Amino acid sequence: MATGVNNIRLRKYPVGAGMIIVWITGAIGLSVAVYRWIVGLRITNMSDNRPWGIWISFDMMSGIGLAAGAFSIAAIVYIFNIKKLYPIVRPTILTGFISYILAALTLLADLGLPQNIWHLIIYWNIHSPLFEIGWCVMAYTTVLLLEFSPVVLEALGWKAPLKLIRSITIPLVILGISLSTMHQSTLGTMLLAMPYRIHPFWYSPLMPVYFFMTAIAAGMAMTVFESYHSARTYQQKFELGISSKITSWIPYVLGIYIVIKVVDVIVSGTYIRLVQDPWPTFMFLIEIMGGALIPALLFADKRVRSTLSGQVWASFLVMGGLILNRFNATLVFMNGDFYFPSAAEIAVSIGLTCLGIIMFDAAIRLLPMYPNPREKQEIKSLENAV
Amino acid sequence: MEVNRRDFLKIAGAGIGTLVLPSLDVKAATIPGNLENAHAMLYDATLCVGCRACQVACKKRAGLPYVTDENQMYEMPTDLNGDTWTIIKLYKDTETYSFVKKQCMHCVEPACASVCPVAALEKTTEGPVVYHSYKCIGCRYCMTACPFDIPKYEWDEINPIIQKCDFCADLQSAGQQPACSAACPTGALISGTRSEMLEIAHQRLADHPEQYFNHVYGEHEVGGTSMLYIAGVSYEKLGYPTLKNQSIPDITWPYMKAVPFVFFGMAGAMSAFYYWTHRNKEEEG
Repeated sequence: MATGVNNIRLRKYPVGAGMIIVWITGAIGLSVAVYRWIVGLRITNMSDNRPWGIWISFDMMSGIGLAAGAFSIAAIVYIFNIKKLYPIVRPTILTGFISYILAALTLLADLGLPQNIWHLIIYWNIHSPLFEIGWCVMAYTTVLLLEFSPVVLEALGWKAPLKLIRSITIPLVILGISLSTMHQSTLGTMLLAMPYRIHPFWYSPLMPVYFFMTAIAAGMAMTVFESYHSARTYQQKFELGISSKITSWIPYVLGIYIVIKVVDVIVSGTYIRLVQDPWPTFMFLIEIMGGALIPALLFADKRVRSTLSGQVWASFLVMGGLILNRFNATLVFMNGDFYFPSAAEIAVSIGLTCLGIIMFDAAIRLLPMYPNPREKQEIKSLENAV
Repeated sequence: MEVNRRDFLKIAGAGIGTLVLPSLDVKAATIPGNLENAHAMLYDATLCVGCRACQVACKKRAGLPYVTDENQMYEMPTDLNGDTWTIIKLYKDTETYSFVKKQCMHCVEPACASVCPVAALEKTTEGPVVYHSYKCIGCRYCMTACPFDIPKYEWDEINPIIQKCDFCADLQSAGQQPACSAACPTGALISGTRSEMLEIAHQRLADHPEQYFNHVYGEHEVGGTSMLYIAGVSYEKLGYPTLKNQSIPDITWPYMKAVPFVFFGMAGAMSAFYYWTHRNKEEEG
């Protein structure tokens, strides 16, 4: 068998109209990002009293939260030894890897001095949550690259490095879980530095725990959504059994989250605000009910989990709940001037998301993402070898 | 009661790692020694006549451009901004009025220096919180973390940096006064060590209790500041937030301290779990 680049073959999946729109939007977003590097941050609506905008709330806070599926699924398959989920490991790791690349790209747009980002490596401040997040994200992106590399090596037919990577799979997975636990929770710690800015419905000493738990739930939901998207676009069979297995975990995660949150609101006395601040109360209830309680109940019901539409819609609710939570905590109910993102900010946010879809699409077309029956046999033998 | 709950939640949130930590003192880690003898300033709002000599002296010393409108007319800035490190504002209601000076408070345990990922902000032993622009990456975390909303940004620059009062750190280490207090004609703004300033402030409150609102702002707020205030009206009216005595680094440091324990704890737990789930492998295979 020939090895090398010639080995890569293009899988001819149809290109839909949606994908063409994604290409155009991605190109626009990337152009605006380049324009931002030429003219600076003046094209945004951020100001002295609103120094963080949607690039932080959506692309960083929500994007990294939704990427938690990669470490959760890796833990379930490799550590908890639930081999049934093995077929979705590759697309899930890829989704995570792409999400972190996108977060890094957004950071390059959002930072005032993106050319200095490498300063994180030479100027240390161990007191800063952001310092820890920066290091974890760099390390975890490397881990994801290594976790994903077997797919590329397989496509190229390079056996020796493949064997090497496979031999360190388990340490890599454990490292990935530890790094993810750290930075997913530290994203919450980051906001603990703002006790006078964030509304008490969201500011809590337990914020790191909340951020970690909601990220796990939303990461799994994202995995289901991504499987659904792939099934539709690339004529794969949507494995109801697999996603039903994943989503059966969500009620436990969200259930514990809701219980802690409710106890927190009662014990801290924040519940008084439920009658004082109508607008935060409204958003808080939508977030807790629609983004956590309802999907938890839905996923707990076997009838919902046994239908495709039930799974996809409940997953949307969980993902929406995380995004709403991050927006409420870092933007809507964070004190500051009125802010609505400028067209440029929206273009970059949506455009980079589209760029992620394009990368995912390219990987599926060029790499062995979904094992064919013969490859399945090979994987089985490899699994046994591990 | 309140403190107990917070502490309990904090321990729960930071993980079991915190419990077994060697007692690292946050103060030893974030502040460079006893600041009672470090530089400080006292602003007495009842003595300020609003001449803005301090504002002009500040711009001159720091080389900051004046704010002009579209007709190149000189304009008073309405708040601190990328070109304005200090400003005099006026509070007025039907009964009373008071000037108030805004500038960096130079916290004893500054939130900005604690959250900056590249240590571009630093609390020096002499008192000032200084900014090293060559380190800055422009994340603006300092702006969101500052409880006084002090750091401002050069939003119109292509390579923007943070702008805030540096307490004339260079002048002070040369034995001189900060430019603003040197320029003050009425003695509303005086400089000296923190203990001297606190002594004078409390003396004035004791001598003329009828003139003053009975509180030295900055003595204990967020762990204390090197910029101290006494005034005739409440600080809330003057735009100064009501803050707790706990410093911001005091809130986040227990969590950051726990990070290595979370990391190794999780790795250990996952390794143990791996061996447990794979214990029957031979039999299965």
